[in-house]
Amino acid sequence: MSTVTKADPAGPAGSARQLSERRPLGDVSFQAVALAAGLLVLVILALIAISTSQQASSWFSTEGLKIFTKAWNPTANQFGALAFIYGTAVTAAIALIIAVPVSVGIALLLTEVVPYRWSRPIVYVIDLLAVVPSVVWGLWGILVFAPWIQQHVYNHVGSGVNGLPVLGSLFGPPVSGASFFTAGIILAFMITPIVTSLSREVIATVPVIDKEGAYALGATRWEMIRGAVWPHSQGGVVGAVLLGLGRAMGETIAVALVIGSSATITSHLLAPGYSMPSVIANEFGEASGVFRAALMGMGVLLFAFTIIINVIARAVVERSARRHRGA
Amino acid sequence: MAASAGPQIADLREPPSWRRTKSRIATVLMVAAFVLTIIPLGFVLYTVIAKGASIISWQFLTGSIPPNVVPANVGGMGPAIVGTLEITALATVLAVPLGVLGAIYLNEYGGNRPLAKVIGFMSDVMTGVPSIVMGLFIFSIWVLHFGYSGLAGAFALGCLMLPIVIRSTYEMLRLVPDPLREASYALGASKARVTVTVVLPAAIGGIVSGALLAVARAAGETAPLLFTILTVTTVNRNVFSGPNTSLPSQIFANASSPYVGAQARGWGAALTLIAIAFILMIVARLVTARFARYLR
Repeated sequence: MSTVTKADPAGPAGSARQLSERRPLGDVSFQAVALAAGLLVLVILALIAISTSQQASSWFSTEGLKIFTKAWNPTANQFGALAFIYGTAVTAAIALIIAVPVSVGIALLLTEVVPYRWSRPIVYVIDLLAVVPSVVWGLWGILVFAPWIQQHVYNHVGSGVNGLPVLGSLFGPPVSGASFFTAGIILAFMITPIVTSLSREVIATVPVIDKEGAYALGATRWEMIRGAVWPHSQGGVVGAVLLGLGRAMGETIAVALVIGSSATITSHLLAPGYSMPSVIANEFGEASGVFRAALMGMGVLLFAFTIIINVIARAVVERSARRHRGA
Repeated sequence: MAASAGPQIADLREPPSWRRTKSRIATVLMVAAFVLTIIPLGFVLYTVIAKGASIISWQFLTGSIPPNVVPANVGGMGPAIVGTLEITALATVLAVPLGVLGAIYLNEYGGNRPLAKVIGFMSDVMTGVPSIVMGLFIFSIWVLHFGYSGLAGAFALGCLMLPIVIRSTYEMLRLVPDPLREASYALGASKARVTVTVVLPAAIGGIVSGALLAVARAAGETAPLLFTILTVTTVNRNVFSGPNTSLPSQIFANASSPYVGAQARGWGAALTLIAIAFILMIVARLVTARFARYLR
């Protein structure tokens, strides 16, 4: 029996100490297998970066910095991705402008207004939005929603603001059912569940003492939310919004069906456009050579953007969670 | 409220009206936000059920996929249903055991070590990787060398499921109380044995329901399958080789078709897909209710 007691390699989940130095072979190999499974995450992420950039290298090398121009014409060998980056940014921005107030509103409703037994069914309903597959949103979007909104909303708005200085160039004609704005609305429906559930988790960590303190000072519910809940959960909500942004940027199929598939940069939000994921989905099957490399390269850009946004978002959420647990 | 007991009593009545009104407006806006999300949800579900239910029959569920031009009452989605079931099942077999093992590493072995923290963090980040990127990834490392197959599609779906399974399993393992582990160590059991025979059974309800939700999400994914299985219209029972098809890919193909028959079959497929996802979600809730021993 050895006199040196080694700390159990266990970690905090179990605090047992080994009495003998030797661990059974099965035990060691089980730990190795579990570690390998954990490392698989890092391996996959590294492989994604390496293999896709390798496939895209001919785009980066032949076009150089021209990949950030707006000249996109595969038949003439022009592969500038700016129009797609623009479309991705615009649709994601529209989605956030619609989804964030709604999501934060529902999160506040769930945590501060309704009693617990009502909040569960509301959560179920919001989660149902996440169960509807992306392609079903797309099918509904292009066959039902886009024609409806064009006829009942876009046409009136388009003729109403035509000629006005700013609104005219944003919402004026040409109008089309399949457009940046329709894609943004569909994206807003799709990211609402995740932004809601993350904001709700953050808002639920606000200490009851703070809230009761605000009420004791005579605050109304809204004043309590602004004075006690908001300062506490601001950081976490920003993180939730960033995660929603990452989702909105990477969403493919629904956007591919409703965005209108036209590689243009225009201020007209009701006109057809294109985005990075949707051009990959629509064109990759028929592409070859530099064209295929260009689409693969847009996948690399998309991967890089979403990884950066997700890292920032997770870091923000974790930091605000840690600060409040410590406080 | 009886206010006038004496002259010195503090005024405990509600605050002045403008502040109260502002608070009311805020509450109304919150309710409006909820209503605003129910409307599209109800609209989508209503349309899918109304348009899908009329076409769904046994013949639709088993029939072969006809060309787009034929009318709605001919043919069905049989090959797509077979493809979705076999590809999703294979992806589950690949991703769930690995995800559970990864979570076991994070909670039982990793603890506060830097490596475990990095893996946990990157696994959360991986849930944000767009599904189309997973498709491109499997295309470059597998399809280019071995060709299109259901297996390639299962790899892509598995990559999407892995971080979700890790996260949900990790949360469940954390709920298992330490005294349970300590009691087993006291009996002389090794760590692997404790994990497999004590910790996992204690958390199994939550693990299964988390895995089912991941499966439900994967079953509805289209983007990772586009360049890994291709979209064919014939049935392919061999999941390991040859192009395949799936319900989501078929809906995507039919949605952009101008033919009414193809669109009608698209609605039928959408209803089938949503039904599969709902069934998985309901089973997950039942499993949670039945087997969950430790809840948050």
